[in-house]
Amino acid sequence: MNSQEWKFTSKDIAATPDLFLSGHRACAGCVPATVLRLVMKATRGPTIVTEATGCMEVVSAIYPYTSWATPWLHTAFETAAANASGIEAALKIMKKKGKVKQEHVDVIAFAGDGGTYDIGFQALSGAVERGHDFLFVLYDNEAYMNTGIQRSGGTPHGASTTTTPAGKAVPGKLQYKKPIAEIMVAHDMPYVATASPYYWRDLLTKVRKGLEVEGPAFLHVLAPCPRGWRSDPAKSIEYSKLAVETCVFPLWESVNGQCQLSVPSRLIALAPQKKKPVTDYLRGQGRFRHMFGPQGKKLLEEMQLITDEKWQRVLKKCGMEKQP
Amino acid sequence: MKKLVKQERVAMSGDEAIAYAVKQSDVDVVAAYPITPQTIIVEKFGEYVADGEVQTEFVCTESEHSALAASLSASATGARTFTATASAGLALMHEMLFVTSGCRAPVVMAVANRALSAPLNIHGDHSDSIAQRDSGWIQLYVENAQEAYDSVIQAFRIAEDFGVMLPIMVGLDGFTVSHTLENVETLPDEVTKEFVGTRLLPNVLTHENKKVPFKLDPDNPMTMGPMALPNYYFEFKRQQDEAMKNALAVIQKVNDEYAELTGRKYGDGLVETYRLEDAEIAAVCIGSTAGTMKTVVDELRQEGIKAGLLRLRVFRPLPVEEIRTALENVKAVAVLDKSLSFGGNGGAVFHEVRHVLYDSKAKPYVVDYVYGLGGRDASPRELRGIYQDLLQIVNKGVQNPIQYLGLRE
Repeated sequence: MNSQEWKFTSKDIAATPDLFLSGHRACAGCVPATVLRLVMKATRGPTIVTEATGCMEVVSAIYPYTSWATPWLHTAFETAAANASGIEAALKIMKKKGKVKQEHVDVIAFAGDGGTYDIGFQALSGAVERGHDFLFVLYDNEAYMNTGIQRSGGTPHGASTTTTPAGKAVPGKLQYKKPIAEIMVAHDMPYVATASPYYWRDLLTKVRKGLEVEGPAFLHVLAPCPRGWRSDPAKSIEYSKLAVETCVFPLWESVNGQCQLSVPSRLIALAPQKKKPVTDYLRGQGRFRHMFGPQGKKLLEEMQLITDEKWQRVLKKCGMEKQP
Repeated sequence: MKKLVKQERVAMSGDEAIAYAVKQSDVDVVAAYPITPQTIIVEKFGEYVADGEVQTEFVCTESEHSALAASLSASATGARTFTATASAGLALMHEMLFVTSGCRAPVVMAVANRALSAPLNIHGDHSDSIAQRDSGWIQLYVENAQEAYDSVIQAFRIAEDFGVMLPIMVGLDGFTVSHTLENVETLPDEVTKEFVGTRLLPNVLTHENKKVPFKLDPDNPMTMGPMALPNYYFEFKRQQDEAMKNALAVIQKVNDEYAELTGRKYGDGLVETYRLEDAEIAAVCIGSTAGTMKTVVDELRQEGIKAGLLRLRVFRPLPVEEIRTALENVKAVAVLDKSLSFGGNGGAVFHEVRHVLYDSKAKPYVVDYVYGLGGRDASPRELRGIYQDLLQIVNKGVQNPIQYLGLRE
């Protein structure tokens, strides 16, 4: 069944056996764990998973236990895409030689923002350029959470992390979040999409599409981390929703370079009054707390400006820019 | 005695000989990144791929780090895997070397031994692979192109042996062996293929007490490369050390079987002794210098000097017993190191040989000669000087245990 006719209902999803099992050691309110579970729900058959060192790796495979009901390989921090290359190459030739029984085996690589934006970027770029058939899923919790909330290339501007603490002279991270999904689109790859677990059906469909395309696919999932974001664990999914509603994290997909907004973001594009102020998203997150103090007004204005500019860029890319 | 197989003599460089051996060994995946003086291996293999002469996925990665990661993951998927590198490339692989051996992936890698930067230098010495001594890889060092060819074929058998299951690097001296054309006796394709065989996978026990092949297989999901905390990590490492010890006998067995087929034998597989039986003075070296040293030994013997040579073909696992047996009756030993452990009081080969001889009954004198760094030539005359020094040492004892050969000071 391909993604066109593929309509998971909540009932279907509940009936689909999990490949990422409970019992792992993720924190309360951890969205990356939810993302992994959802992604694995959308697999279409035999699947091999490889994972970069990071939160999801260390919580899911502590010897002699495992949360993985599918073959899974971890090697190092920067190697998720290189691993996928090797697995895919091996499957391809061994299938030809009759050493692999399955008709087809999908390959999924998971990495956090460190393993994608930063240390794993070279391997990712190389694997995509070589055209390996695999899906790379970035669970983006926007800092090195596993090592204790240090800033990464995926940390948003202004966020307070342990290496960019908001202090008297410096108000959190000065640099801007790297536009990783756009960079992946620039690789001329067949499928790139952004997703948020609140819009789970959109996420599942994108996983399935990413698996279906021939060649590499990249899925950028925003994954709130209550420990690192200093937010209420009960509200993690709410932040996944607010990120989209405020256009901090617009949902879109690019099929062979053709970008289009996904439904939740398209609805905002069509009815701009629905776009919520960025403060709705920032408020309640401890990493942005300094923006709500006496000196914070300018920072908040800047955050709104950045978000608006980024949103305009996305609209333009998706052909939904308002004509003046 | 079994009839030897008919072989074809082909002029090849060491690099070409390795590419040819890989071509014949039914390798599933080659993942590599080019670096001098390894390049001919990947170029030649690229030609085989372009001409449809191999059934191999050739992954030209964007770095050596990814080359080894891809090799490891392909191997974990059940594929026979080969890669090749040198110098900075091996240094960049450093992290993945440990992961590969820790994951018990029998990847075979050729290392065209080359100096490490800085200053930048593309020529041959052993700094690159000696620095990876403790990475959990079996290390073989070859003397010439013929041995490079033979050793790569043997390497698959050694690495994939169920009692071993460890990665292996075959070191060949940059330019001296990698780029020098020699006559190489090659086996017919089907003979090599039969000798190497298909890669078999050991069975492992699952938590449900089911025996399943050790690979990433959707029919038998397995978690590979987990995190192990202080309660388990140590046992993993101890098992690796045990596997290394097992490799000693496997290397010898494969060397013997190969000799039956080809008539070529490299000592006992671990060490090669040359005129050592009644030797009073001996040198120890690895790699291509052994060729020159043998000529020097022959000259000295003609002059009535009882000189001998021990070539370590295998540096990891260290053939402790073989080294001791070969050297315990000589009076003085000179170790040649083509790498330097800065501040370490000599080179690594010296350290190892001297530690082995500490347990011998009649402790011979052991001195070190660091030589050939950055590809500096070591002439027969200079090497001959080492034996002349040893004669002095036998009479007068050691003045200076660490010397530098052919160095301006």
